[in-house]
Amino acid sequence: MKTYLIEIKLNKELKEVEVTAQETLLEILRNKLGAIDVKDGCGKGDCGACAVLLDGKAVNSCLTLALQANGKEVTTLRGIGNEKNPHPIQNSFVKHGAVQCGFCTAGMVVIAKAFLNQNQNPSRQEIREAISGNLCRCTGYEKIIDAIQNMALESKS
Amino acid sequence: MAKFNIIGRDTLRIDGHKIVTGKAPFLNDIRLRGMLVGKILRSPHPHAEIVSIDLSKAKSLPGVKAVIGLDREKTRYIGNHVAAVAAGDEQTAEKALKLIEVEYKPLPYVVSAEKSMEEGAPRVYDKRPNVEKIRDEKRGDVELGFKEADVVLERTYKTAIEIHHPAETHGSIAKWEGDRLIVWDSTQAIHTVRDGLARILGIPAGCVTVIKRYMGAGFGSKLGLNVHTVSAAMLAKQTGRPVKITLTRKENSLCVGNRPASLQTYKSGVKKDGTLTALSLINYTTGGVKRGDRCSEPLLDVYRCPNLHVKEYTVFTNMGGSRPTRAPGHVQGTFGLEGFLDELANEIGMDPLELRKMNYTTKNRGDTGVPYSSKGLDKCYELGAEKIGWHRRNKTPGAGQGSTRRGLGMSSQIFWGDGVPGTLADVKLYPDGSVDVICGTQDIGCGTRTHMAVVAADTLGLQPKDITIKLGNSDYPWAPISGGSLTTPSVAPAVRDASLKAADHLKEMAAKKLKVSGKDISLQDKKLADKNNPENAISFKELTRDLRRETVFHGERKGMPDGFAYNTFGAHFVEVEVDTETGQIKVLKVVAAHDSGQIINTKTAESQVIGGVTQGVSTALFEQRIVDDTTGTLVNPNWRDYKIATSMDTPEIIPIFVDVDDPHINILGTKGLGEPPRIPIAAAIGNAVYNAIGVHIRETPMTPDKVLQALKQKEVI
Repeated sequence: MKTYLIEIKLNKELKEVEVTAQETLLEILRNKLGAIDVKDGCGKGDCGACAVLLDGKAVNSCLTLALQANGKEVTTLRGIGNEKNPHPIQNSFVKHGAVQCGFCTAGMVVIAKAFLNQNQNPSRQEIREAISGNLCRCTGYEKIIDAIQNMALESKS
Repeated sequence: MAKFNIIGRDTLRIDGHKIVTGKAPFLNDIRLRGMLVGKILRSPHPHAEIVSIDLSKAKSLPGVKAVIGLDREKTRYIGNHVAAVAAGDEQTAEKALKLIEVEYKPLPYVVSAEKSMEEGAPRVYDKRPNVEKIRDEKRGDVELGFKEADVVLERTYKTAIEIHHPAETHGSIAKWEGDRLIVWDSTQAIHTVRDGLARILGIPAGCVTVIKRYMGAGFGSKLGLNVHTVSAAMLAKQTGRPVKITLTRKENSLCVGNRPASLQTYKSGVKKDGTLTALSLINYTTGGVKRGDRCSEPLLDVYRCPNLHVKEYTVFTNMGGSRPTRAPGHVQGTFGLEGFLDELANEIGMDPLELRKMNYTTKNRGDTGVPYSSKGLDKCYELGAEKIGWHRRNKTPGAGQGSTRRGLGMSSQIFWGDGVPGTLADVKLYPDGSVDVICGTQDIGCGTRTHMAVVAADTLGLQPKDITIKLGNSDYPWAPISGGSLTTPSVAPAVRDASLKAADHLKEMAAKKLKVSGKDISLQDKKLADKNNPENAISFKELTRDLRRETVFHGERKGMPDGFAYNTFGAHFVEVEVDTETGQIKVLKVVAAHDSGQIINTKTAESQVIGGVTQGVSTALFEQRIVDDTTGTLVNPNWRDYKIATSMDTPEIIPIFVDVDDPHINILGTKGLGEPPRIPIAAAIGNAVYNAIGVHIRETPMTPDKVLQALKQKEVI
């Protein structure tokens, strides 16, 4: 199968990777670039667990072809913050009990980050709309909404 | 209660940052050297004889390392496993599946419960009828009870088949090290998986280790040993390499369980003052090729009624089998029973909450059995009603005006959640002052790691972050499955027991050093001190140095005295808005009051309640497995067509934990909480809809078409 060499800036690090035309961004992130913090929930764009930032814009990586990411910047959960130096939105998720099993969390945090970049003063309803493409099966959404709203309030004050 | 310093308060998840920064390894994130990808071939027929299986073409495909038949003579549902392959990569494994040649002889099949019950319907099992009685229980004389009643009412309620759909699908990795098998599994039951694997593979249980690290929940679908886990072990043995099998969302929909449907017909007699004189239930439940759920447990137990008769039947069909689903039977039975009680209350013009209070019990089996070890349902009623503003309800259902109508409803909840005696946990103290808590339980996502740390820290005068938690390994001391709301009331008391022993040992050591009696030593804030002279103290860390070696204290969750019934209770109060033009139900607010005894960690307990309510809202309004009756094909085997609630659908949810002391159940007085919040919510929503529009929607999911149809029928009447 024909392969293409593409260049991705993954969490600020430049990566070169051979991909086929069929491969999705999700597949190459997890299987070729070790970005296992990106989760595969459904593979069909239904659940949002695999969301990443592509040049700052949130996309479902399972619906994005690897080739489409050529020359672009990809930010995953670990790129937003790590254990030693977590991003305030990650702290807010822990503080507000917005994490239960944690599987959908990767996508939720990425979406929240993209959304708060656009809207620093969101209403609860706007947050609901922002995360409506991300399915959660155990925590429910209310604490996730609390986490995002409080993060916005705190960064304002 | 001032008994505790950390237990019962807000503690953040000790693994929270690991999860939110993507450092928590889920099954599919585990990568082993040389690991192969396994896939399972599944039957496309709802019922067929397997005449022959030819694996040769698949075996000869380059990149394929092993192909095995899974020894089936017959397939009874679409998705039934037939064969398995292991290959170097996923694409090759998928290609290999297509090269396996199976000759099927299709047989007559039946996929709907209605048709399965008909005379002459195709049999699902050769030697069993399609309909089997699974419960027949009586007390008193129902006919007499109906005669004594002022009002006799009969109503039928129906619940749809739901699919668990945990965020992370099922998956296992198997690896052999000589005669030893190591399995990483996304499971709610490491010990069950270990014992099952040992039995099937014919090796000693001690030669199998099952490890569960982080997992994306299970809701009951990950309670047992799975075919894909056994297949991975067999393929790994044959190839000498680790094998991973993860299921797709479609496989998750087809063959790893569902919540059985129910068709419940209630008949009851009630006096004008609200006294229940007779209750009867006939239920038909459908769990595909497996048994359905008994739904009568709440009916048999929670309200006073001397005369009762329950008959339940399971109906087999050629569909994927059921598995326990977050409060199996209780969810369906509560939707029927609690909806029916509201209709009864309306018949006699009584406040539905008053009807429940009127028939309140302090003993189980409808006040005919033994006392409950504790029962805070009355407090749930009181606090829940106050918080929702119960007085605001329409005194007559459907009394409001306009095209959008508001209503209030409630429902009671009873469940098990007592915990398993014999659960073991160890506390290990090291001379450097560090502490391990070790237990062969599993954290399926609810925060068990944190609960264990909270209990140990509270008992040892430390902070939860000071404790190293070791769980999710079947080589650790035994703990039960994480199902039936058992984990916390099993594990927490065992950890408490071990921690108390460790604390006593440390106090004795400190007493010698400080030259006082052990009784006079306090252990808090990382310090052991003379209670009468706090200056006379030694730090935890300094004292443990004298241990010289690691020291283990064994804890056990002790038995419960006979003569009591051990249950959890709760009541949900709900406010809804119904659009009578579109049939849309909007849940506005839920107050969820629970008696789960002593709460270990309020932070995670709240998440548990909010999550349970959210799932309940989802199933009340949206969720149903849809099957094409003619072909047996699952129409919605994905997350797009199988609708679950999104952030646009969930209401404000207010959890309340009532203060209840239970001296009998265990040394912490703690009861389970995993399933309780999932139980009463659909009934409470149904009752709120009834209160809003004056017609009862007797079927879940309560979709707009059903609301409109019910409203239309009301107009006709």
